[in-house]
Amino acid sequence: MLVYTIKRLFWIPIIVLAVTFFTFIIGRLGPGDPISVASGQIRDPVLLEQVRIEKGLDRPIIVQYYKWLKNALKGDFGESYIFKGYTVSELIFPKMLISAQLGFLALLVVFGLGVPLGLLAATLHNTWIDPFIVSLLLFFRAIPVIVIIPPLLWVFAVHWSILPVGGWEGGIFDIYWLFDVIAIPIFNSHVYLPVFALSIGGFGGVARLVRITALEVKNEAFITTARSKGLSESRVMYGHILPNSLLPLVTVIGFALVGILEGAFFVEVLLGIPGIGRFTFEAVKSRDYDVILAMTVILSVMFIIINLIVELLYTKIDPRIELSDGNKS
Amino acid sequence: MTNHRFDQNIDSDSIDENFDSLEVSSRWTDFVSRFLKKKLGVISLIVIITMYTAGIFAPILAPYSYTEQNLERSLEGPSKEHILGTDRLGRDMYSRVLYSIRTTLIVTFAVIISGSLIIGTCLGLISGYKGGITDTIIMRIGDVFASLPGLPLLILINAALSPKINELSRWIDSNTFINGFQDSGAASYITIFFALSLFSWVGSARLIRSQVLAIRERDFITAARSIGIRPRRIIFKHLLPNISNLLILLISGSLGAIAGSEIVLTWFGVGVQPPAASFGQMLYAGSGARTFQAHPHLLLVPAFFVTMLMFAFNILGDALNDVLRRD
Repeated sequence: MLVYTIKRLFWIPIIVLAVTFFTFIIGRLGPGDPISVASGQIRDPVLLEQVRIEKGLDRPIIVQYYKWLKNALKGDFGESYIFKGYTVSELIFPKMLISAQLGFLALLVVFGLGVPLGLLAATLHNTWIDPFIVSLLLFFRAIPVIVIIPPLLWVFAVHWSILPVGGWEGGIFDIYWLFDVIAIPIFNSHVYLPVFALSIGGFGGVARLVRITALEVKNEAFITTARSKGLSESRVMYGHILPNSLLPLVTVIGFALVGILEGAFFVEVLLGIPGIGRFTFEAVKSRDYDVILAMTVILSVMFIIINLIVELLYTKIDPRIELSDGNKS
Repeated sequence: MTNHRFDQNIDSDSIDENFDSLEVSSRWTDFVSRFLKKKLGVISLIVIITMYTAGIFAPILAPYSYTEQNLERSLEGPSKEHILGTDRLGRDMYSRVLYSIRTTLIVTFAVIISGSLIIGTCLGLISGYKGGITDTIIMRIGDVFASLPGLPLLILINAALSPKINELSRWIDSNTFINGFQDSGAASYITIFFALSLFSWVGSARLIRSQVLAIRERDFITAARSIGIRPRRIIFKHLLPNISNLLILLISGSLGAIAGSEIVLTWFGVGVQPPAASFGQMLYAGSGARTFQAHPHLLLVPAFFVTMLMFAFNILGDALNDVLRRD
């Protein structure tokens, strides 16, 4: 176990190096090198050349990469070309916070609603409810986020006017004071639509997975044993089926996070939420390469670490799974 | 999934490809007959085939060209002349839908053939059969791709690559005998094709590898090896036929995902570029609460087809999964 963990940890820097190098080269290969993007209307070749030398962009790409990497390790991802005077880190981190809050809520919804629904479908396997839930989930999984948001917006924001059209004010919660003593946090009205939109995809996936595993577990011998020794049906459900059905969920946390993150790109653009998704959208539109590069690197590192944690967690929970380097499995 | 007939007393002399293909064909008919029992799966297959056929014959079926503008008749709802209405520039929505299906179809098939089938299957076969350091290298590279957030990277790669490819296509236009390459819009297809292929091989390579690992130690492979058959022949004549049903699963699984990626990338503005028609653009043009209120058909028309396509892919994938994994 320990050897394996160390081995995997050893891989992280190598992978990160490979990814950053790859993205760096692609970013630099792009059209209109950073200086001409930043200069906008100024088209003085002598001046541009001067700035280029100043910023070290005339050096070989390996040297540039080395310099960039050295700064990035210190948390300095350079300066935005579009928002002049701001460093990339200054721009990214507040936006990441907003996206992370929404993502966390969406993750809670995905598992908080997905698991009970999946179990419900499995319990009522032989009734009409199961196929009904299954087709509903399929529908949710099939409908793209970019399709569902405009109608939702129209219904809730324009037609009924109960939710704001978009944007982001304040945090996740509004605090209401009951008798001026008890604080009741109530979700900010800006939160509902994005969280719903972010969670519908993953929610269906989780529910389907729970349902399938629960159905499989239901037919296992130890469940029959549990029943035959006279345990009540709810005891069988919560004491035996449930824990064994939840195991595969650990592996999906990673996927769910990826799904939520990818959804964020579209949800934030459509709903005007100033998170990283919208920021990337603008950076791509205006070719703000250092922002894109920083985003890619930060997200990649995040995901490599999440994947590792999930993998280790999985083996910790289920001792039957043996760790190997992949040569034999 | 694999059959067990080979396990029983087999002598090395009788191993030839006839035996293999016989085995495979019987399994194929079995597979088809079991699939036909899945009504929903068959219906979605029909839906997909119908839509794709319409996409292939778009130039014949479409009443208008997908670029033909008529600003006097923009933003019209469905009418006799334009059965699905017109968009902001007065282009016929029905024709644009047909051409969008065509775009999706081209991108999906190109990516599946190159990424999932050729690269993924070959790497999976090699990785599983050779093992050792080859396996480690291939699978670690796969790990890198799998652990990365695909969409942001795809966006970055597309944003960076497309002008380069555009440059290349201009060069092809002016320096070779091929003309009109730039105007055909092929450049943006090529960009998205490269970017998607880069990420789509990992899943299939892993699946194929695990299956190869399972059958690598089986007697008929050992026998083949012991009579001195070359590795390449073993891989393609003996291993490949035994995993062929997995390929269907791979294709059906990645069809929807790749089609979705194309639409989503184009929506983001880094996929297929105008004037080529794509669902991504149509959806983007129709989104926005006010637009939706005033001209719902701008969103509803592409949304209907996209959802139907995705729905069909999902159901088909599930049905095939059931059929293939039952044994």
